Amino acid sequence: MFFSRYSVGFVFLLLTHFVVPLTTQLHAQENPYIVAYDHNLEEPGNLEVEYFSTFGTQRGGPNFHAFWSEFEYGATAWWTTEIYLDGQTTFGDSTVFTGFRWENRVRPLKNEHWINPVLYMEFEDINGADKVLKEIEGHDVESDFLASNAAARQERNREMELKLILSSNYKGWNFTENTLAVKNLSNQPWEFGYALGASRPLTLKGAAQRCNFCLQHFIAGVELYGGLGDRYDFGLHNTSHYVAPGLAWNLPSGWTFRIEPSFGLNDNSHQFLLRWGVSYEIAGFGQKVASMFREKGE
Amino acid sequence: MRTMRVTTLSIFMVVTFGAWCAARGRAETEEKESVYAELAKAPEKYKLKQNPLANDRDAVAAGKVLFEEHCEDCHGAGAAGGRKAPSLRAQEVQEAAPGAIFWILTNGVVRKKMPVWSKLPEPERWQLVSYIKSLGAPDAAGARK
Repeated sequence: MFFSRYSVGFVFLLLTHFVVPLTTQLHAQENPYIVAYDHNLEEPGNLEVEYFSTFGTQRGGPNFHAFWSEFEYGATAWWTTEIYLDGQTTFGDSTVFTGFRWENRVRPLKNEHWINPVLYMEFEDINGADKVLKEIEGHDVESDFLASNAAARQERNREMELKLILSSNYKGWNFTENTLAVKNLSNQPWEFGYALGASRPLTLKGAAQRCNFCLQHFIAGVELYGGLGDRYDFGLHNTSHYVAPGLAWNLPSGWTFRIEPSFGLNDNSHQFLLRWGVSYEIAGFGQKVASMFREKGE
Repeated sequence: MRTMRVTTLSIFMVVTFGAWCAARGRAETEEKESVYAELAKAPEKYKLKQNPLANDRDAVAAGKVLFEEHCEDCHGAGAAGGRKAPSLRAQEVQEAAPGAIFWILTNGVVRKKMPVWSKLPEPERWQLVSYIKSLGAPDAAGARK
């Protein structure tokens, strides 16, 4: 289904103008990672509405702008569930909706440890025109994106994706390591990938006054991510890899802005990706929805 | 092949729904325990920890800002208790060791909906402890919300 490139932006503006003003403000504390995950889950009952863009260069074909919206909900303090809607514009070609993802992250251990595991399970139903590069898996390479949207969207990918997230906080730093295994539900082999991240706020102490530009609200970091081949050809052969320094700005009003240029590390990678995102955390969303269905006086 | 996809998706949905039901049931059972009982579970080495910002003149003010940004939605204005979380002016909290409060902030009480706040750097968590301890003795009206 082809649709206007303005549709996604319109839906996002609708959400931010009509949903956000009805909500309680809450200061998020998000790391700058866009590919890697840390062990910090969404606070229970909170909904985070997010929009992300990826501009990518393409050798031998037109550049592209891929985008996705995320709705991340803290079901409990140890379980976060999330829906993604993906789309992309290939310049000089068209804009297409490319599918959806549904992910769940579960924290199995009750307390904070030196290394904190989180189990990640995702089902995705996307077509071959998807270019969000939310993760790199198997033998994903730049030349995969050369097909036109009309041809690429004929390919349907229904996949289960599993990740083991191992993350630590130490002296203000966050270090995270994600190992990824993906199984296409048609008869294709398991594919593997990785993402590593490190980040730190620009200062570790909070300011005594409320402020938007205090250093504590800025978190800088770097990600390294790429594919590790598949079950029959495991390793770095014919895989792509990226390094991506990033910055997150967490405003006290509940908004978070992220920006992350990514640089391809080998000839199989896109030379340059520019990612940015904006998100808003709605505190007590679950409670507000529940109260709409509760009888008066209950 | 289509049957396999539908089966896999169905299993995924059933497991997720089961986890949600289990989470609700468990939370309801555990909420019946005293909400302050977790403070006593802090390990001894944490209870003995002193607040490194105890003599920092800005710590309470900074902790108040952090509290308003991260905690007030659940614990209520001035930490007097909210619909989702208890008062922090209660005697149990005010008499608790600073290190025990720090331990709760660091680990959360995830089975009782208190999130983990280890994503805040240690100095910010100590600033929060400074603010909570500055609230002093419980007032009779708000303490047991």
